[in-house]
Amino acid sequence: MLTAQTTFELRLLIRNGEQLLLALVIPVAALVGLTTITLIPLAEPRVEVVVPGVWTLAIMSAGFTSLAIATAFDRRYGVTKRLVGSGVSRRVLLAGKAASTALVVVGQLVLLSVVAVLLGWRPAGSPALGLLVASLGLFTFVGLGLWLGGTLKAEVVLGLANLIWLVLVALGGVIVPLTAAPGWLAEAGALTPAGALSEALRAALNDQAMPVGALLVLVGWAAMGWAATLQWFKWQ
Amino acid sequence: MTAALEVRGLVRRYGPVIAVDGLDLTVEQGSLLALLGPNGAGKTTTVEICEGFARPDAGSVRVLGLDPWRQATALRPRIGVMLQSGGAHLSATADEMLRLVAASAGQPHDPRWLLGLLGLDAVARTPIRRLSGGQAQRLNLAMALVGRPELLFLDEPTAGLDPQARHLVWDLLRAARADGVTILLTTHLLDEAELLADRVVIIDHGRVVAAGTVQDLVASDAEWLSFAATAGLDLRKLRSALPDDYELTEPQPGRYRVRGAVTPAAMATVAAWCAQSDIEASDLQIGRRGLEDVFLEVTGRAVRS
Repeated sequence: MLTAQTTFELRLLIRNGEQLLLALVIPVAALVGLTTITLIPLAEPRVEVVVPGVWTLAIMSAGFTSLAIATAFDRRYGVTKRLVGSGVSRRVLLAGKAASTALVVVGQLVLLSVVAVLLGWRPAGSPALGLLVASLGLFTFVGLGLWLGGTLKAEVVLGLANLIWLVLVALGGVIVPLTAAPGWLAEAGALTPAGALSEALRAALNDQAMPVGALLVLVGWAAMGWAATLQWFKWQ
Repeated sequence: MTAALEVRGLVRRYGPVIAVDGLDLTVEQGSLLALLGPNGAGKTTTVEICEGFARPDAGSVRVLGLDPWRQATALRPRIGVMLQSGGAHLSATADEMLRLVAASAGQPHDPRWLLGLLGLDAVARTPIRRLSGGQAQRLNLAMALVGRPELLFLDEPTAGLDPQARHLVWDLLRAARADGVTILLTTHLLDEAELLADRVVIIDHGRVVAAGTVQDLVASDAEWLSFAATAGLDLRKLRSALPDDYELTEPQPGRYRVRGAVTPAAMATVAAWCAQSDIEASDLQIGRRGLEDVFLEVTGRAVRS
């Protein structure tokens, strides 16, 4: 049942051009753009600074914004109610969405890594540790995305999910590392899930000391998102 | 016979509005019950409570022996639900959507076979967004049937269908019933209820206002005879010639209606009156009241918002 649910969601995701744009084209464009266009000053090699940011961008786009919007419209069109009505449990429904999103993110990270290597990326840190941190980040954003998409009206979700995405891109060290941002911005940014994820990814991929605070921030957001989802997710 | 569905004293409020107000409903196993009522009578709320989508405020509900709110997980695989609208992913194809629903059942029907049965073969690979209203409605029915349910809930199953598709759906429902499936359907089409239902329950303002077999409901001495003639005739003579329990009206100009037992004597009285007053009657009709007359009688003629 979970397999059917996951492959169904995945096929629809792939068919949806708008979501693919958000999931693949924007992160790849950001990776190539930020690495090759030197308008924004970054430490060299630029690609090493850029990769953790675009990973965060990809995870956030697929795990949060796309998922929240898709979930909200599933509820609007009665799809969720239909499936629940035919015996799909809440657990399977949420797990199917999380699993299909995870598969999309795996695809994103593979593509982004290949492009990054072509741009000269030679990670100093551990990609395996990076993937572990990415998984925690994904888990966090999926919880938050399901919370948003599972509780509010579709139009509101559409607006909010995009707005929050923009705010997180601006605050979350996605383009410029938080360490390079002014003090107050760095402090505020570090408390957002995007800021925490980008900092933890930077540490993992660039072989720096893992910021425990950032991991705790992620765990906190994850607990909040999933608790709210399990408590308040609505069928319609 | 045992009851597949039993509702006693059901109450459901939405804020200050009482949607269902002490409703009783029994559907015998293997029978088809039609739930009728004007818009806002409480039909959909009642069905949603029986499906476990809404919690009753008071009263008891047993569906296949289970409490649909507390035991929804056990109940859902045994019922088939056809929602009033939507319920399909717009960019999925009919085939994909039906397969997904089938995957949640233990012993589903073959989705391809079911699509063929419902005349949806040609659009199996069409995105649901591009299906016509009638095709989407038939897909909706397919999703309700695919899991081999013991009990089917159908909310206005033939709304928006053309006559051919409507007959197809009716045949299918008869076949399901013959297979022992219990069916609860809501409908606005009184001929649909008259044609299919073993029992009919008419509800209004969240209460049962009439219940029984179609025969029970329409049976009475309320037969009628009607004819056309010049508008505005003086009916007093005919009135006095007919027995007191007959009702005489001109529902629209030039159309006259005598309500009461259509006996040879009554017909002779009308004919004699026509002869005496030199009235050329035409389009003479005799009929019994139908379910629609009963419906309008018990729910009133005012249009609901």
